[in-house]
Amino acid sequence: MTMKVDEARTQHIASLAKLKLTEEEVPRFTEQLNDMLGMLDDLEKVPTDGVEPTYIVTDRLNAMRADVADNWDQSAKLLKNAPEAADGLIRVPTIIDESED
Amino acid sequence: MNFETTIGLEVHVELKTKSKIFSPSPVQYGAEPNENTNVIDWGYPGTLPTINRQVIANGITAALALHAEIEKHPHFDRKNYFYPDNPKGYQVTENDRPAATNGWIEVQTDQGPKKIGIAELHVEEDAGKNTHGKRYSYVDLNRQGTPLIEIVSKAEMNSPQEAYDYLEGLRERIQFTGISDVRMEEGSMRVDCNISIHPIGSSTLGQKIELKNLNSFNYVRKALAYEEERQAQVIRSGGTIGAETRRFDELTGKTYLMRVKEGKDDYRYFPEPDLPSLSISDEWISELQEQLPEMPESRRARYVKDFGLTDYDAMVLTQTKEMSDFFDRMMELQADPKMASNYLQGDVNAYLNDQQTVLERTKITPEALASMIKMISDQTISTKMAKKVFKAITNGEDPAVYVKEHGLVQLSDPDQLQPIIDQVLADNPQSIVDFHNGKDRAVGFLVGQIMKQTHGKANPQIVNKLLMQALNK
Amino acid sequence: MNYFEHDLESLHQELVSGRLTAEALTRQTLDKIKQDDQQVQAYLALNEEALATAKELDQTGIDPDSIWSGIPIAIKDNLVTTELPTTAASKMLTNFTSVYEATVVEKLKQAGAIIIGKTNLDEFAMGSSTEKSAFQTTHNPWKLTTAPGGSSGGSAATVAAGDVLASLGSDTGGSIRQPAAFTGVVGLKPTYGRVSRWGLIAFGSSFDQVGPLTRSVKDNAYLLNVIAGADEHDATSSQTEVPDYTAQLEQGVSGMRIAVSKEYLRSGVQPEVKQAVQNAIATYQKLGATVDEVDLPNAKYGIMAYYVLASAEASSNLERFDGIRYGFRAENAQDLDDVYVKTRSEGFGDEVKRRIMLGTFSLSSGSFDKYYKKAAQIRTMITDDFQRVFEKYDVLMGATAPTTAFPLNHESQDPTQMYLNDSFTIPVNLAGLPAMSIPAGFSEGLPIGMQLVGKPFDEATLYQAAYAFEQNTDFQQATPQLGGQE
Ligand SMILES: [Mg+2]
Ligand SMILES: [Zn+2]
Repeated sequence: MTMKVDEARTQHIASLAKLKLTEEEVPRFTEQLNDMLGMLDDLEKVPTDGVEPTYIVTDRLNAMRADVADNWDQSAKLLKNAPEAADGLIRVPTIIDESED
Repeated sequence: MNFETTIGLEVHVELKTKSKIFSPSPVQYGAEPNENTNVIDWGYPGTLPTINRQVIANGITAALALHAEIEKHPHFDRKNYFYPDNPKGYQVTENDRPAATNGWIEVQTDQGPKKIGIAELHVEEDAGKNTHGKRYSYVDLNRQGTPLIEIVSKAEMNSPQEAYDYLEGLRERIQFTGISDVRMEEGSMRVDCNISIHPIGSSTLGQKIELKNLNSFNYVRKALAYEEERQAQVIRSGGTIGAETRRFDELTGKTYLMRVKEGKDDYRYFPEPDLPSLSISDEWISELQEQLPEMPESRRARYVKDFGLTDYDAMVLTQTKEMSDFFDRMMELQADPKMASNYLQGDVNAYLNDQQTVLERTKITPEALASMIKMISDQTISTKMAKKVFKAITNGEDPAVYVKEHGLVQLSDPDQLQPIIDQVLADNPQSIVDFHNGKDRAVGFLVGQIMKQTHGKANPQIVNKLLMQALNK
Repeated sequence: MNYFEHDLESLHQELVSGRLTAEALTRQTLDKIKQDDQQVQAYLALNEEALATAKELDQTGIDPDSIWSGIPIAIKDNLVTTELPTTAASKMLTNFTSVYEATVVEKLKQAGAIIIGKTNLDEFAMGSSTEKSAFQTTHNPWKLTTAPGGSSGGSAATVAAGDVLASLGSDTGGSIRQPAAFTGVVGLKPTYGRVSRWGLIAFGSSFDQVGPLTRSVKDNAYLLNVIAGADEHDATSSQTEVPDYTAQLEQGVSGMRIAVSKEYLRSGVQPEVKQAVQNAIATYQKLGATVDEVDLPNAKYGIMAYYVLASAEASSNLERFDGIRYGFRAENAQDLDDVYVKTRSEGFGDEVKRRIMLGTFSLSSGSFDKYYKKAAQIRTMITDDFQRVFEKYDVLMGATAPTTAFPLNHESQDPTQMYLNDSFTIPVNLAGLPAMSIPAGFSEGLPIGMQLVGKPFDEATLYQAAYAFEQNTDFQQATPQLGGQE
């Protein structure tokens, strides 16, 4: 079976998922990923031309709510559950990079 | 070597709905940190989104105002990335099938009018807000889930001024739809720029640079102009432009490297399975089309044609939808157009500047202002008295009631004025002599005496007329 | 009180008549759980407040119109609760207590049920043995050295052990039906959208459904009656009317058109399982149903499509576990990226990481069309296969799992082999259909489960077919002798 994923790709996927793999885990996960992808080999052979993909399963259409504000007053409890909080804010180690939106 | 500039803009507009796009938490400025958040906004395990219908409607409204093609089957996708202000680890946005595509904005250039294309317009959720300290950063999720419309232009602007004019046009049109305040200073409008330059004649575009942290249209123009020049210098001196994000510094007027872009970001977009499909009906679109407020250029044409205002006046009156609506309401109330225009541009604007506020946040009403102008027109009050009346209007008082209670009604009735004039003349025979000897000052003195007798309420024009008649008898 | 000697209706009578108090029932239930759990280890948390709740209920009075009034129920620990911790059997949520409650739990409380505890599962419901729990291994009451199946292994085991009459599980690829089969209980995965997911910690959002596990078919129908229905918090929950699922139980199967999928005859299926299905076919025919073999040509691709789609959804659903807002945060994080990477690397177990990796891969740049979209197209084809069957048939039957319960510590060797265990249940989740597993035989003292699949929102017909089978067989009468099998 051909290797679809090498260790560098495994590391890259892990970094996207914010996982750090140990030296021992990198080859293991690479192998498992390849096992899985090997199993998926047949997937490519299935003829699917013209078949609409199913992404959403619910029978509902246009399920929308009215624009009514309702404050559930949960902020105190939510802050209590945060690993670190200060002055009503969630605290994290200093962020250096800038965000995306 | 001479260069041509290519600019594309991504504009985020915050909608002023009552509740968030996917949760019923209030959308409101100036709340205590995290006050307007619930388990959905915090991305709690097991929570699910629900779609705010108004947000979808506003997206359609914006599309209509920007001449864009509306997507009948838009759907939401997840854009995956880790960041503390992004509680679920993904932003729900329309990636694959956005709310609308292919719109445009017209701007005036030296070569005449130019249509700048809008590639797409999509609805999405805003992130929370991070603030940074020395050792720690802090996360406030109040803004998380505030509905946004992102408007992505085509890369069709060729100068910083065009970019400026595009933004003005965009701000104006969105503002007139009423879906957003579009205020840069309050963050309800945010602009990111992409700019590249290439040698004139070359058919391939240069490497684009992304600009962030632009807090006003002026800064956008300045930053783009700086960047045009900087990039040209780099290339002229044999350097190359790399893919990077740069930050504009308002104090120095320069841009600074924020980060180099290594490879393409991988957001792993996929359709959001927690939200059912949408199907936008033609009926809904026509309903929103009917409700779409009149756009500014049409209002301006009407003001010139129907009310005889100058182009300049029409332009000033359509700076904001609120001002224009205010003026239109005054016209419905039959106020004199020129006087209404003058008051709005004069006293009202001065007041807004002085109070550092906007019309809709004051107590001034079109009814009150129209009523005051009518009293001036029919000479019930003098323009001098009107100053006091205007002040009362800013306090929310009814001008008619105020004028009556403070006895400001002008004395214009000749039958009432004549005896007073006669008495003053009888008391001041020397002034009559002076008048006939050609001393003009005598008239001023006599008018002053009459005004004093009437406690300043006499209509000066009528007094003048009656006095001259008496003196020339 | 012995749950093996009662069903819901008889217990309700005891409570309404006052021969039994809710408090006494709750105390006996807690005592029995504590005793059994030394061996079964089905519970991650027991509700000690349940006694007080039951006592209060006794004072206000058992509601004669609410059949669940005063009845203890166990909840799978991936459903959030405000009074008990919710862990999803992950280190990531150690000591986490939710700020809000799952809709199904709220509905049960509304009906007067007593939440007795939170049951063990594979971490974030990812697994088929409940061995992937970060905290403990649950044992199959029929044979303690075997697995109870998974991921709802705790919920299935506690019902099988006779600790409770009913529990809630969740099913993404078979996680209610396979443990029901392994432990000899009745487990139903409702139609996608039939039961609110609000408060169910998401694994594969387009697959997940909450469903009931009980000893009897009728009790199962009673439980679905309570938890089914539209929920304003879940936009994917259906507005299709909820019938009384007990109403047509006794109508029998005479004239019913039953399809049987040939899949169960495949190689790798235990002979006793094949035999049990054949016996069931005979039973149904004897009861007046017609049974035909049908083909689901694309079902064989189901596992592949499922692992791509469910893992992709899971990789995204689990991004929120980042150590910032709740739950576990790794010690000694030097900077923000450290918080993410350390928290997630230490907080997730191997199986969860494996699925996150696969899911992240299949969504990553260049892979979407090849894997995710392709799998979603196959999903459509499988759904169409089922639809064709249901144009002619009322119910589709087959085996729930290829084997009876496998030994503990048997699973982890070969993950791809493990995934095959779900091959009968997974296509149903791809199509969003209702399906249940009911006891249909034994092999060497271990239960065999039979699967019945129905049309969308036609759980009532499933119950009807299952009830007829249950009333005409005696598999449900058997009870495990805890600790007595060795
Ligand atoms: Mg963008
Ligand atoms: Zn955006």
